[in-house]
Amino acid sequence: MTTTMTPAPPSAAPGQSPQLRTRKLPVVASLGIAVAAVVLAAALVYGAGIGGTALVVALAVVFYLVGLFAASNAVEGRRQARNRTWSALIHSAFVLALLPLASVTWTLVSKGIERLDGDFFGSSMNNIGARDPNGGAYHAIVGTLEQVGVATLITVPLGIACAIYIVEYGRGRFAFTIRFFVDVMTGIPSIVAGLFVLAFWILIVSPYFNDGRPGYSGFAASLALSVLMLPTIVRSTEEMLRLVPAPLREGSYALGIPKWKTILRIVLPTALPGIVTGVMLAVARAAGETAPVLLVAGGGAAINFNPFENNQSSLALFVYQQAGDASRYAPARAWAAALTLVALVLVLTIAAKLLARRNRFSR
Amino acid sequence: MGDTPDRSANAGTGGPRVTIGHAGSAGAALSVDVPVTPADRAPDGAGWRGGGGGGGGTGLGGGGALPRRSAFGAERLFQGFTMAAGTMVLVIIVAIAIFLIAKAVPALNANTANFFTFEGWFPNEAQPRFGIGALAFGTVLTSLLALLLAVPVALGIALYLSHYAPRRVGTALGFLIDLLAAVPSVVFGLWGRDFFYGPVQEFSVWLNKYFGWIPIFGGEGPFGRSILLGSLVLAIMVLPIITSLSREVFRQTPTANEEAALALGATKWEMIRTAVLPYGRPGVIGATMLGLGRALGETIALAMTLGIVSNISFNLIENGGNTVAANIANAFGEANDVGRGALIASGLVLFSITLIVNITARAIIYRRREFTESAA
Repeated sequence: MTTTMTPAPPSAAPGQSPQLRTRKLPVVASLGIAVAAVVLAAALVYGAGIGGTALVVALAVVFYLVGLFAASNAVEGRRQARNRTWSALIHSAFVLALLPLASVTWTLVSKGIERLDGDFFGSSMNNIGARDPNGGAYHAIVGTLEQVGVATLITVPLGIACAIYIVEYGRGRFAFTIRFFVDVMTGIPSIVAGLFVLAFWILIVSPYFNDGRPGYSGFAASLALSVLMLPTIVRSTEEMLRLVPAPLREGSYALGIPKWKTILRIVLPTALPGIVTGVMLAVARAAGETAPVLLVAGGGAAINFNPFENNQSSLALFVYQQAGDASRYAPARAWAAALTLVALVLVLTIAAKLLARRNRFSR
Repeated sequence: MGDTPDRSANAGTGGPRVTIGHAGSAGAALSVDVPVTPADRAPDGAGWRGGGGGGGGTGLGGGGALPRRSAFGAERLFQGFTMAAGTMVLVIIVAIAIFLIAKAVPALNANTANFFTFEGWFPNEAQPRFGIGALAFGTVLTSLLALLLAVPVALGIALYLSHYAPRRVGTALGFLIDLLAAVPSVVFGLWGRDFFYGPVQEFSVWLNKYFGWIPIFGGEGPFGRSILLGSLVLAIMVLPIITSLSREVFRQTPTANEEAALALGATKWEMIRTAVLPYGRPGVIGATMLGLGRALGETIALAMTLGIVSNISFNLIENGGNTVAANIANAFGEANDVGRGALIASGLVLFSITLIVNITARAIIYRRREFTESAA
């Protein structure tokens, strides 16, 4: 910190002070270093025959960073050299992260488009053998929609009521504990939620009305998904309720309206767009869950519209099952289902985020 | 952010309880005939969160006109309903523990091997033998490796988005990263198995050829469906979580701190190192722990990319590896009664581990929150 501003020597010409401007590495130099790094890496790798393009790129990045540091160190000093190197590292980290994103997108679209036809959306996997090229995901789509729908019906009232308690009524240690465990619940692994419903509903409760046998069903999957959705909805609703301006509440109280009515008629409608966003995000997350559905819904290849009886499948489970199938037509079905699933989830997510952006409160 | 925990928010500004007591004593002469007790004023008592000290004046004039609270009115009913919903969260967490234990104990009693040390999973035989050791080891190894790969990159992206990228670009790209977090894990599993397997296998062969003398890259093959592939896929999955949380924290750095550093002549990196990173450290630790929790519980992506071999081995590139969650997904299909109990027992272990990790992470984040509020 001591050497940044060297005072201009008295001999400098008036009007211009060359000493105040530190020397900068020209843009051409860093381009030159980049080219040199690539050439050096390519020569080294192909000359010694120790790898392919990927290694050239990796080595070139390392050479570029070292070269940049050395050049900048010589011209601009150590602090500027560090600054440049870290800046380059941070930029390359970002490029590195875009690679898998691009790769997943490209693979998904190119492989998924193959079986994305009317047959895929119009038929189930019933009576489809290993040699049949057709077969579709109709039953899985029905399953996903019903399970997520039932889970939403269970979770939304419960989650909103819980958030209202935390924000409006909860006081002291008890409310703090609930709030803390809602956060902790966010991190419960989906497979544990599945095991919980397996132990609680499938193995203990369902035998009572299923002739003593465990009854796998879409409803059990809904229960498991509810456990996963609840904390997400509570958290987002809570955030939104806290953003409702206090004067709205105070105005309502001043008119003599009781608290519960104020919450239902004033606070909730004001926070509604934000709550809807949170619910949509939770639904999107639940629609993509495989593990709990795998454990408690039972799978199944036929169309089953009744979520309370008999096995049901879901899109995510369909992807998993087809991926493990030995048939040579199975991978195409798996990718088509994966593309459908991602499309569903992304449409929900993007719609939710756009809604949130349009109706944002002024913070 | 709007997060105002009771303790710190009310301690300084004077919450409702303080004002009610104060109003009672100060306005005693005005409201002698209608004694204002806290119970009478309950309907509006808790409503002043947003506007700190607004509760003082109401008791002075119209105390007598306030409606009396009935014992079983809609107010009580509604409050009771919301309280029941809030309690539900605690009930669910306790119920998860109780039911998992209830179903795990019979299987653990039937186990003829040591549950904690035995390497292998044969719960469906006449003499059930199963142990969590190798699975827990695989879980911890893949998660830690994934974090090791993901955290530096995630911090780099978070810094890029918050301090390097132009504002519009940063918003758009942040949106993209959030979308990456929404992609279901089964899709990542499919991608890892059908596409990413190829490059990773080539890389493994290369590593084995030139670095085979290091034990973790040794072995005879076959390579590919390995801990390395699983960890890489896992790293890509936890990356968006850590990124978006740390980006938020970095963005909240007080502008005054940043400008002060720059005004002292710091370069951009020095500003980040002295102002942004220390401020964001608790948040980054919390984000990392949350990523760890997610990685520990990840099921389907690992069930599709690991080699599913239950043994304790540090070799990263040979086919093999298994985790608690992946084992549940894979072994559930052919599990009998004891087998299901055994899987539930392993799920109980996973639940305990993730609960501890999550509670620690949340405690760190909460402490930071109080710190920032008292500082502000």
